[in-house]
Amino acid sequence: MTTLEQLSQAVAAGKSKDAKALTQRALDEGAQPGDLVDQALVPAMAAVGEKFKNNEIFVPEMLIAARAMKEAMNVLEPRLLAAGITPKYTALIGTVQGDLHDIGKNLVAVMWKGANLRVIDLGTNVVPAKFVAAIQEFRPQLVGLSALLTTTMPAMGETVRAIRASGCPPVKIMVGGAPISQQFADEIGADGYAPDAASAADKAKTLAGVV
Amino acid sequence: MKYRRLAIANSDDLLFGSAPKPLVTRQGLRLGGGLVYPELNFTLPTMEVTAATMPTVVRHYQEIIKDALRRATELEAPGVVIEFETLPPMTANPAFGLEIVQILLAGMEEARRQYGLRTVLRMTPNDNREFARPPVMRSGEHWERMLELFEGSARAGAELLSIESVGGKELHDEALMNCDLGQVIFALCVLGVRDMEFLWKQLAVIARRHGVICAGDTACGFGNTAMVLAEQKMIPRVFAAVVRAVTAVRTLVAYEHGAVGPGKDCAYENPYLKAITGYPVAMEGKTSACAHFSPLGNIAAAYADTWSNESVQNVRLLAGMAPTCYMEQLIYDCRLMNRALDDGKTAALALRRWLVDSDAGLDPQAWVLTPENVFEIAQAIVGASDYYQAGIAAARCAVTLLRTGYSEGRLKIAKRELGFLDSMAAQLDELPSDEAVFIGRQMSLADPAKYLPGEYGLRVA
Repeated sequence: MTTLEQLSQAVAAGKSKDAKALTQRALDEGAQPGDLVDQALVPAMAAVGEKFKNNEIFVPEMLIAARAMKEAMNVLEPRLLAAGITPKYTALIGTVQGDLHDIGKNLVAVMWKGANLRVIDLGTNVVPAKFVAAIQEFRPQLVGLSALLTTTMPAMGETVRAIRASGCPPVKIMVGGAPISQQFADEIGADGYAPDAASAADKAKTLAGVV
Repeated sequence: MKYRRLAIANSDDLLFGSAPKPLVTRQGLRLGGGLVYPELNFTLPTMEVTAATMPTVVRHYQEIIKDALRRATELEAPGVVIEFETLPPMTANPAFGLEIVQILLAGMEEARRQYGLRTVLRMTPNDNREFARPPVMRSGEHWERMLELFEGSARAGAELLSIESVGGKELHDEALMNCDLGQVIFALCVLGVRDMEFLWKQLAVIARRHGVICAGDTACGFGNTAMVLAEQKMIPRVFAAVVRAVTAVRTLVAYEHGAVGPGKDCAYENPYLKAITGYPVAMEGKTSACAHFSPLGNIAAAYADTWSNESVQNVRLLAGMAPTCYMEQLIYDCRLMNRALDDGKTAALALRRWLVDSDAGLDPQAWVLTPENVFEIAQAIVGASDYYQAGIAAARCAVTLLRTGYSEGRLKIAKRELGFLDSMAAQLDELPSDEAVFIGRQMSLADPAKYLPGEYGLRVA
């Protein structure tokens, strides 16, 4: 088994120390940092996401894998920066104004990071103007809006309208949350909807143009 | 801890419609005194609550209370508990909340005058303190406006004061996602307990000032978040079951500072509290599927003194508006339980057995709510030396009960969950015996950006 394969397995199994050591060993063996991300880390997290989607593992097991990937990335990031390699795609995410719920949003952020998106998390109770300002600053390909309350669903629509009306660079908007449906997403003019965190990664990759 | 032994000594006495310390309301509803009463809760359809929309908001609540109470009268309900649980803008702007309180009380008075229907209003302000991040728990505008709403509601005639308080939740969500039992106990039994002590002392003052009742709290944001995450297959059901047992320690604190029931409907930890305190409890189950799914639809009713629908939007269904439809469903549920009580203890226990047995073996979260297991866990709590130890004892007891139920073939646990029983036991074994040591350990692990230790009376070393 190659070092990259071992690294991929260590990440999928959530073995942080092994992931860190194997990343260093792969670099020492001459592997390119970008190849480690593309050929070991991202496939490992994709496999973990698939297991989660198929109800084979729970969130804690997925988070352990995400932490192992982070350990590997901590080793890689200086090399990636030095080589001028940054994630090709950036995504913003936040819970809309008036809503404090963030479990679902946080999970989606983990899944997106696993898919090698650069994720900027704006937190909860985010006013439309903050989304607009962040889009202008970070120029993401994708914005994710989350809401759990029926009474904050209108704020999701307001945020979509504010982004569209702002003259921001073009960006795809994806929505989700317990009371949200595809129909509601269509009504407010969102580009995409995902019913759960597991499918949010696939949807994001499609919307952002990764696949 | 005030409660050192159980108020209900025999598991056969842990029964719907019956509490050792019943509560009599101003209009003579005797909660826990031999009848189960419907408790209706409702909310708005998808809309904003602002000064501009308040006229529409008001029309919704006028319609809800008028139609629901008329239906309750037509179905000859012996009495009705109405719960008004505010939405965040109604706590942030107490005038909004108080306007609706007046509407509901006027509708209830009209039903009494016109039909002779006896009612009582439970007032549950939304706990907005978490709108500050990290949450500011003991001062500031969210705290002051919440107290203003409690005060005004009690003055206006809302007789039962309740809350879904959030102290500790800012660390608990992450603990759930990581199945971190140490952090669960820190959030519930250290932070949560300290916040409950502070909060309920204040609520008791308000209640005394206006001659109203401290009803109770709920660990909804903790136990029910775990339940919903388990329902969505994000965390194991066995973990949610153990969290449920631990939540009882936090909610118990309200009773130690003046609450006398009925405990909040969404507190599925209420059976433990009924066993410990003897006060009546509200419960919700199958008739709250309008608000959330649960694996506890029948078993929850086994202990109910009021039976609730949790919350339903004021939207039109085929029969009528949803709150009126749910009033009808609750009344029929209550009729069945009250009919069983009328037929005597043997009949009531037969119904309880069916309610319990139809759920208990199918889900770990139901298993920890059988009468026998409620007693075991409640006993573990009152036998502990402090809240921290009570949290550990409740968790350890729940793990043991789940293991036993599974090994005896009486409880289904998915194979992929079995390992979590071992990991929970191992986590409990690693916890220090001394609370101060535990607090120091958890504070070193918790993200300091997420909470303010001083808001819980904790000092940063």
